[in-house]
Amino acid sequence: MNTKTPYLIKRIVTASSLLILLLGFAMVLGISMGSTDSGIKNVFQNLLGEKEPDSMLYTIIWQIRFPRVILSALVGAALSLGGLVFQALLRNPLAEPYILGISGGSAIGAIVGILIGFSRFPGVSLTAFIGSIVTLLLILAMSSGQTILKKDALLLSGVMVNAFCAAVIMFLISMTQDSRIHNIIFWLMGDLSSGDMRQVGILAVILLPCFLLVFWLSNPMNLLLMGKELAQTMGVNIKLVTITLLVATSFMVSATVSYCGLVGFVGLVMPHMLRLVFGPDHRVLVPACVFGGGTYMVFCDLLARILPKQGEMPVGVITAIIGAPLFIYLLKRSSK
Amino acid sequence: MNTSINVKNLSHSFGENLVLENISFQVPQRDFFIIIGPNGSGKTTLMKIISGILKPQNGRLEILNRSIDLYHRKSLAQTIAFVPQMLSADFPFTVFEMVLMGRSPYLGMLGLEQENDLKIANQAIAFTGLENLAHRKLDQLSGGEQQRVFIARAICQKPDIILLDEPTASLDLAYQVRIMDLMEQLKKEKGITVVMVSHDVNLAAMYADHLILLHKGQVVCQGLPDEVITYQTLEAAYGCTLLVDESPLGKSPRVTLVPRKYSIRE
Repeated sequence: MNTKTPYLIKRIVTASSLLILLLGFAMVLGISMGSTDSGIKNVFQNLLGEKEPDSMLYTIIWQIRFPRVILSALVGAALSLGGLVFQALLRNPLAEPYILGISGGSAIGAIVGILIGFSRFPGVSLTAFIGSIVTLLLILAMSSGQTILKKDALLLSGVMVNAFCAAVIMFLISMTQDSRIHNIIFWLMGDLSSGDMRQVGILAVILLPCFLLVFWLSNPMNLLLMGKELAQTMGVNIKLVTITLLVATSFMVSATVSYCGLVGFVGLVMPHMLRLVFGPDHRVLVPACVFGGGTYMVFCDLLARILPKQGEMPVGVITAIIGAPLFIYLLKRSSK
Repeated sequence: MNTSINVKNLSHSFGENLVLENISFQVPQRDFFIIIGPNGSGKTTLMKIISGILKPQNGRLEILNRSIDLYHRKSLAQTIAFVPQMLSADFPFTVFEMVLMGRSPYLGMLGLEQENDLKIANQAIAFTGLENLAHRKLDQLSGGEQQRVFIARAICQKPDIILLDEPTASLDLAYQVRIMDLMEQLKKEKGITVVMVSHDVNLAAMYADHLILLHKGQVVCQGLPDEVITYQTLEAAYGCTLLVDESPLGKSPRVTLVPRKYSIRE
């Protein structure tokens, strides 16, 4: 046994530390900026406890912005990782939970949960999870034939699943008359404003084991890119790995959907960019997606908070404006 | 002679459809063994069973005198490497990264490669003559170069047996010979048993030590090239008129397709 550090560890550590730095920077910005302009210096003094806690600012920072920034980072990480996993499993760089319709299915589940009156956790999370699993099974059933696994067919079926889910969601909304409707509509485009520290903590407890599990399976994901059969001849337990990854991913996606609604294209944008920078090895990409995806989401949320003159816009607006053109670019390039 | 693969009374069906019927043959160690047969004769299914992708339904399959059921996933992967027909490379790994993946049956879950694994990968790259391409992305290579990368990956797996599914199918003439020469070299220099499915009867005749001819899921003929490649056996299996004589290079049989306009039997 050689005692030298494997070169891969160095790559993982380099990539991760770089992105952790970026994430830290984004979080500081996210905490410092917002509709109440308090100045970065003020915020820092407050954070470090050098000043008498200005009670107003203190509340804004610790009870509103801090949980929100952590929530954004968690959601961004989970959605990026979700995209990465689907891209590996379906061997399609355009796959993403939102595009495939899995987020939509999970949203139906969540809305049903909300309308029934469940609490966010575990009730709504659970109905969202059921919704995502049902959609996932539907997509897998449709793509299990040889031909439909082709890129375009898979994406088309995703578009259709999405259209269907959107219709069901609208149906559910039309059937209700009470005040929860406004919440639901805002939530449909992604809403990160609802986190308090306890809820964010619960979400973290749900997501962190999933992150670790996916990282643990990152080498089999590399082998899966060469096709299921070849991966099997290289000693991978295909069934176990595939099912574990699908369940973990649906779980992550539905947890984030039940907390903050539909945020699209994050799982497309981040894995693509990180792959350009760090290469296609999943052992590097999984931690990179966690930290990079978190960073991206914190920035997107910041934009969503500071761009509007009054109030804020749903963060899904920002991610879609960035993500959809990239999707079209990737589609055009991959069909060459 | 030691056998590396021993197939005994093997049958396999997909639902009602019997694809392999009571197949028996042996592959000696350090042999260049080629499986030929028309489309739908069960070649690919046979390959998938030997490589462990499909479980044998009926009959026995022994790898190095040990039943395939007794192998653990990883130990089977250390014994047999598989080179599938053609792979698409949508996710651009470099040649080196791709070849290095061949080490994963020897590594833990995260597949963290040690110095020694890098060395073995470099040797496999040198053996296949890919040194100059080692840091190129896979999707920038030609079909023939990619095929060599997949073979290098299989070599890096340090197997006793390499299985190849029509490795020359989509390659130009020069690459066909190059790949076949490489496999012969692999057998001679590394002592690896090479088992290949091939559509090209002429190439098979020139390179194989032993052949089997599959037809409708059965072994219709097996043995040395000049025992298997005769116009009687081939015409019966492929259902077309063929001319078999001796190659101008000597020793091995040569097959010529006979278009209908030349056919004397009508």
